[in-house]
Amino acid sequence: MAEAAAFYILAALILGFGVLVITAKSAVHCILFLVADFLCVAALYVSLQAQFLAVIQVLVYAGGIMVLYLFVVMLVNLKRPPEAHSDPRRLGFLGLLMSVAVLVELALIVVTRWARPAAAGSGLSPDNVRQIGRALYTDYLIPFELASFLLLVAMVGAIILAKREL
Amino acid sequence: MITTTHYMVLSAALFVLGVIGVLTRRNIIIVFMSIELMLNAVNINLVAFSHQLQNAVGQVFSVFVIVIAAAEAAVGLGIILAFYRNKETVNIDEMNLLRW
Repeated sequence: MAEAAAFYILAALILGFGVLVITAKSAVHCILFLVADFLCVAALYVSLQAQFLAVIQVLVYAGGIMVLYLFVVMLVNLKRPPEAHSDPRRLGFLGLLMSVAVLVELALIVVTRWARPAAAGSGLSPDNVRQIGRALYTDYLIPFELASFLLLVAMVGAIILAKREL
Repeated sequence: MITTTHYMVLSAALFVLGVIGVLTRRNIIIVFMSIELMLNAVNINLVAFSHQLQNAVGQVFSVFVIVIAAAEAAVGLGIILAFYRNKETVNIDEMNLLRW
């Protein structure tokens, strides 16, 4: 019962903050709502026995990526708001319609019942970090190394793109 | 009783919110934030199935998704800064240098 209540409260918060993110006027407000959204998602991870991922979510997303966004919003000081100029050929209504189409497709996937009730065995032990670390360093060693290389490339690329002149 | 379907519905709704943001907002920074919302929806799905199947591999994949999101944010925001320096705008309607 408490689990259901927690899920519904968290789901309402996640979707509510999500709506605020895509409707807020100011980009700074969007970022703050997005941080709140990510914190709620982290709480949802805890309820799904993914404690390590919840910590990573708070550290990397709410702590790292969002600060990066905030920096860019502060660096890009806008003399005129980006919403002021609008392409006359822009079809915003069509965009909304397409998103509804995506929602219908996803709903069709959901109602085909791929999901089964939770398995009885408890493969997810409380020492979540050990399990994930073991999987990362044995079965997924090569993807792990590739991910680290991707981060290195992204770091170098971001510095080169943001530098004024080389 | 909260089943995996509940989490899938939540994830689908969050993903569609991200799609709406990408398709309707004009500030490219907010478009990027909508992409982060979509990546988070995918992560919720992965973690929910990891919980259903009692297998930690789904969480490993979520870690990879977070890595991709970090790389995407760094490079994308670098591109935004470079573009802003040249054109003084973050409006995606004015970003048409590569349009035929």
